[in-house]
Amino acid sequence: MLTYVANRLLATIPVMGMVAVIVFAILRLTPGDPAAIIAGDAATAEQLEQIRRHMGLDKPIYIQFVLWLGQLLRGDLGVSLISGVPVAGMIADRIGPSLALATSTIVFTVIIALPLGVIAAWQQGTLLDRVVMAFSVFGFSVPIFVTGYLLIFFFSIGLGWFPVQGYKPLAAGFWPFYQRLILPTLALSTIYVALIARITRTSILEVMGEDYIRTARAKGVKESAVLIQHALRNAAVPIATIIGIGMAMLISGVVVTESVFNLPGLGRLVVEAVLARDYPVIQGLILLFSFIYILINLAVDILYTVFDPRIRY
Amino acid sequence: MSLFGSLKWSSGRALALAAILSAALLCASPANGQTITVVKHSGLRVLDPVITTAYMSRNHGYMIYDTLLALDANNKIQPQMAENWRVSADGKTYTFTLRSGLKWHDGPPVKAEDCIASIKRWAEQDKMGQIMMTLVADMKVVDDKTFQIAFKEPTDVVLSALAKPSGLAPFMMPKRIAETPSTVAIKEHIGSGPFKFVAAEFKPGVKVVYEKNKDYVPRKEPASWGAGGKIVYVDRVEWVTMPDHMTTVNALLNGEIDYMENVPYDLLRMVEGKKDIKVEVLDKLGYHTIYRFNHLHPPFNNKLIRQAAMYAVGQEDVLKALIGNPKYYKTCAAVFGCGTPYDSSAGEDMVVPSNLEKAKQLLKEAKYDGTPVVLLQPTDVHVIAAQPVVITNALRKAGFTVDMQAMDWQTLVTRRASMEPPAKGGWNLFATNWVIVDVLDPLRSAAVAANGKKAWFGWPDVPKVEELRLKFARSANSAEQKKLAEEIQRLVIDEGVVVPIGQFTVPTAYRTSLTGVLEAPVPFFWNIKKTGK
Repeated sequence: MLTYVANRLLATIPVMGMVAVIVFAILRLTPGDPAAIIAGDAATAEQLEQIRRHMGLDKPIYIQFVLWLGQLLRGDLGVSLISGVPVAGMIADRIGPSLALATSTIVFTVIIALPLGVIAAWQQGTLLDRVVMAFSVFGFSVPIFVTGYLLIFFFSIGLGWFPVQGYKPLAAGFWPFYQRLILPTLALSTIYVALIARITRTSILEVMGEDYIRTARAKGVKESAVLIQHALRNAAVPIATIIGIGMAMLISGVVVTESVFNLPGLGRLVVEAVLARDYPVIQGLILLFSFIYILINLAVDILYTVFDPRIRY
Repeated sequence: MSLFGSLKWSSGRALALAAILSAALLCASPANGQTITVVKHSGLRVLDPVITTAYMSRNHGYMIYDTLLALDANNKIQPQMAENWRVSADGKTYTFTLRSGLKWHDGPPVKAEDCIASIKRWAEQDKMGQIMMTLVADMKVVDDKTFQIAFKEPTDVVLSALAKPSGLAPFMMPKRIAETPSTVAIKEHIGSGPFKFVAAEFKPGVKVVYEKNKDYVPRKEPASWGAGGKIVYVDRVEWVTMPDHMTTVNALLNGEIDYMENVPYDLLRMVEGKKDIKVEVLDKLGYHTIYRFNHLHPPFNNKLIRQAAMYAVGQEDVLKALIGNPKYYKTCAAVFGCGTPYDSSAGEDMVVPSNLEKAKQLLKEAKYDGTPVVLLQPTDVHVIAAQPVVITNALRKAGFTVDMQAMDWQTLVTRRASMEPPAKGGWNLFATNWVIVDVLDPLRSAAVAANGKKAWFGWPDVPKVEELRLKFARSANSAEQKKLAEEIQRLVIDEGVVVPIGQFTVPTAYRTSLTGVLEAPVPFFWNIKKTGK
């Protein structure tokens, strides 16, 4: 197992190398000019050219790539072209809210979605099953910003229970920290609860017809134990995969939720950097996201062995 | 096994990542006193107010830097850091003396040599500064508190230039910082203004924090625009970036922020009439929206075709689409702004109403051959997204072939810098907005400059305009300047150098716990008192 993990981690190096080349190339092929963002609307072409020269953007692309790669090998993600702030620092500032929201959403989702999916499968075809599936369709269909605004309207403006927006670090105290995460978690969970409840239901229904379930029932095992110990465990592999993918997506791409609740996370940073063509920031973020995806995939692969001892690496 | 558990034993890189994550989660802001929390129109990206004309950087400049002179609400030039100035009998030499008690945020006193270095750096970037420098014979330090600027001929351009309130305002910086080349962003943010920049709390795109400069010595006169006493009554001002307007309005209603710089017109109903909220237009002059022809390539390298386009587009149509609420817009032909000293209606018939018949007639006269007009539309900047749509519609009605190309603003700003023909990545027309105080006269307005490839994008080449601008710079007679400005306006519209398509204001909303909010073309945060935290 340890050899497998070590090999997988080693494999991240060429993968990230390829990601680096592709991201660098795509960004340089995209129209846009960070010098224009810096200089503002009234700058002339001549001024832009001078700024470009000072930023090194007039150098041939391959030289720019070699310089960036050199920095990267020294563990330096570079400095934002726009604000002059180190990219690593910007990411460190923004990863806290993203991580907090992703964790909170996944925990909440698992707590709600797994029982819902199990119950829906157990009660297949009944009113309860239909209610759960109707909720799923609803969760998928309503855009997050609508759910977000409605939650703000009722719970912040109406009842005054939670702040409208913002983020406080954990050091400010657990309640100030979590108070600001509750509404975004609820808004974001609607989609993930819907998704995971459906996947859980389908996966359990698939295993419910298996011989070992019939055997368990024939042995007189209680229905709850059949569902949880036998059916859910055997259905866990696809569920774990979806949860893993969800976690990675939550860290990297929840721009709308971050905007509606003003959470200064990585999703917003990506959008801001892309709109400003802040190349070092975009490159640093894409590399980070690739690394997170690789780690989460690895973690999910390892979890498979926990749920299904037949899987060996 | 948790997902995060796997991070612990995976690799050194993962450990480093975990360290960053925990630091990020645990990072806390310091305790603070009375704070004004503000949501500005955009996030602060560039901290050097000389390298960029971005309004956020100018606003940041006013927080931490000070200016030698300033314009007051009556458009009068007043001393600010300067105690006074003297003009020699021949009108060629200006002597400025600094006020006592001026200190940089890191301690040393402000000296004359700092001011000369700051003026030189600013003048390399600023259009008005560049004009001023063509007339300067010498700049020299007389003593620590006094310096002189000598001109080759009598002029008062130095006063207007140093009191320039917007665009690139001439902010004073310590000499060591001002010696940075003007196209390289400064790395230290030390001023002598009423607030200090808190570098440790700066998070680009998230928050900028300023704290009161306790050593600042304000003037005795009442605050008026950028002039007068800049008295700070609060401990901190925090500019928070919120990408979503609806969230910002909700945060204002909920008391989580104190001040929202720009309230979108469609959300005004949510804040108007609320007892805790005041809605006010602080910049009474506001903005004007303009469009620009590319004079280098067909079809707009033909004056008649430019005029046909101008006749086709009606300002009311543009403003209805852009603003909608007539309380906040007016049609205006003045290239130097309506309600300003150089307000003029010269050329009005060409740019205010839509006259399709005249447009068609001019197109026929010009033998327009159907060359497509490549019109750039930025879809991600809502205050500039509507104009191209209305212009496209009007041009098509007049008989133009129009290729409106949607893109993000970044692509547009790159594209508009291209002098290539439209078929090779160039363009024919784009629209944008300027704050009126940036275009108050023929020298401040970069858009009326018509010196060919040295001019702003579009590169109009009308030597007569440049000749008149220079005359304006040299004149010290206000009646003559008024006449020259009117002549420039007539010529600029006739030649299609820049086309005004209306003037509008933007409402600001703030909680009634704030008092003393100044009416000014720049959002200032001195003079404001706050009740409660």
